[in-house]
Amino acid sequence: MNIIQTQALTKKFQIGESTVNALNGVDLVINKGEMAAIMGPSGSGKTTLMSILGCLDGPSSGTYTLDDIAVESMTDDELSQIRNRKIGFVFQQFNLLARTSALENVMLPLTYTSTNARTHSAKARAALEKVGLGDRVDHHPNELSGGEQQRVAIARALVNDPAILLADEPTGNLDTKTGASIMDTLQHLHKDMGQTIIFVTHDLFIARHTERIIRITDGQITSDEVNKNPVKAGTPRPEEK
Amino acid sequence: MININRTFLVGLRALAANKLRSALTILGIVIGVAAVVSLVAIGNGATSDITSRIEGIGTNLVTVSPARFQPGRGAAVQTTRLYYSDYETIAATGEYISKIVPVYQSNLTIKHADKSFQVAVAGVTPDFASVEAYTIGLGRFLIQSDLTSVKRVAVLGSQTASDLFGQQTAVGQEITIDGITFQVVGVLQSKGSAGFGNVDDILLIPLETMYTKLAGSAALDGGQRTLSNIAISANSPDIVNDLIAQIEFILRHLHKIPAATELPFSISSQTNFLNTLSSVTQTLTIFLGAIAAISLFVGGIGIMNIMLVSVTERTREIGLRKAVGARKLDILVQFLGETITLTTIGGVIGIALGALVAFVVSATGLITARVSMGSVLMAFSFAVAIGVFFGLYPAYRAAGLRPMEALRYE
Repeated sequence: MNIIQTQALTKKFQIGESTVNALNGVDLVINKGEMAAIMGPSGSGKTTLMSILGCLDGPSSGTYTLDDIAVESMTDDELSQIRNRKIGFVFQQFNLLARTSALENVMLPLTYTSTNARTHSAKARAALEKVGLGDRVDHHPNELSGGEQQRVAIARALVNDPAILLADEPTGNLDTKTGASIMDTLQHLHKDMGQTIIFVTHDLFIARHTERIIRITDGQITSDEVNKNPVKAGTPRPEEK
Repeated sequence: MININRTFLVGLRALAANKLRSALTILGIVIGVAAVVSLVAIGNGATSDITSRIEGIGTNLVTVSPARFQPGRGAAVQTTRLYYSDYETIAATGEYISKIVPVYQSNLTIKHADKSFQVAVAGVTPDFASVEAYTIGLGRFLIQSDLTSVKRVAVLGSQTASDLFGQQTAVGQEITIDGITFQVVGVLQSKGSAGFGNVDDILLIPLETMYTKLAGSAALDGGQRTLSNIAISANSPDIVNDLIAQIEFILRHLHKIPAATELPFSISSQTNFLNTLSSVTQTLTIFLGAIAAISLFVGGIGIMNIMLVSVTERTREIGLRKAVGARKLDILVQFLGETITLTTIGGVIGIALGALVAFVVSATGLITARVSMGSVLMAFSFAVAIGVFFGLYPAYRAAGLRPMEALRYE
């Protein structure tokens, strides 16, 4: 069963007089429970693809079906609802609200649901437990390490039980060791909880932590390979030549 | 669905996170609202002060006196005389009259011990006190038997009493008026200045005594007794104009003055004067309020400025909120909620401060400032309206941000 299916996805940007084709016909299928990495050099269109997959932006043409819902022609408000219910986003810069506790940060997406406010705190606590931060609920972002902050961001992405977790360079702002702990968390979510995960990276070693590596160049998928032996998080990075 | 409580909670939290900036932003609204509340209170206080002073003279009071014309550049000339019989006719036929007092007044020399000066001596009837709204301070006022027995008794205005007797008790003392001895039976309470010279600078004696002992032939015109004026207290302030019309009709009839000729009598009421004065003070109040409203408006611009800065500063927060599911409306409501929360808090503090200023002004005794519910409500709703008006644009800008661009904003 597939969670994501795109057909002939294109995205054009008007920059001054010239038109830039950021995406040039992307066909992609992601199955439920998969963990995949999207790789590509800067300007390849990987971030554009991520923002369309994350319903932050609509495609210029083509179709995109997310969890059996056609989202390519949705209005702004409908996309907001999809983002809220179906998608969990993790950013390179964490994007936590300062002067706000970890718990409240995780509760943020619940604010935009019609669920009973009394259940929000418990849900957020459960999400923080999942990422191993059960003892950090009342800490503010400035009292947490980079890795912990990113794990709060992951908990926030998970709090609505999304169909898919999207991460944009989740280890990009972290050192190797902390990066490994984030990969450990993601692998744990994937293996033990069946969470579908897609993340963007330019780091091949990080990409190898997944079972599927998709390469994108000039707005097109150039390779889509299965990685039979994913790197286990915590494995030392092989020596650079 | 939008949860209003939650929205305001989010707003409050965001404002609490920036306490100093929120406080400075509120300051503009606080000063504006306080200015409106206190200035309008002072204006209202001044209006009611003036009104009550004039009401002290009696709003129902209608005074009839011979008109004084000023032909060319000459001195004022009294062309017609008011007769005692006019008083009798008006008293007998006037239907709106509560009390009516004939007055014959003359400037005469009064004397006690070594003190001697000229004062307005008025021959009146006992109703004079209530018609002219005097109250007796010491002793008694004139009574009917003083008139019928033509007694030589006098009631002094408070100013006259202190000029003549200083700190000594005046009641029971003897004074002379134009050489004739009178006994002081009472002293009036001070009415204060009512804006028409000093009303405490008088001396009252029975009218009958005035005619027979003091005025003599000066008060007569062709054998008829004349009057300086007739003071009338109308049944109610509402019928004062009807009463004036009626008196004019009677006087025209008695003095055979055709309708085309200008009436040689002046029939004046306090109500007219009061209306003019209160419209002046009301204009003043509106003027003060308008100046204060300008400062409130400036405070609103301050809020818009800060909110625009806040939107720019929090672009990434807005992007994030949109990424996790906030709709345009949610963001709009959040930022509008913040400005309205700001102006509401500012409004409440401003009302308290304005009331305090009004209280302090009253305590100094200069003017009794009256904080009116109307001005409080007006200032408060104006402040909230300013919050909505000036918050709408920044909120609209925040809501229109595209999530992807907002997230990448540095």
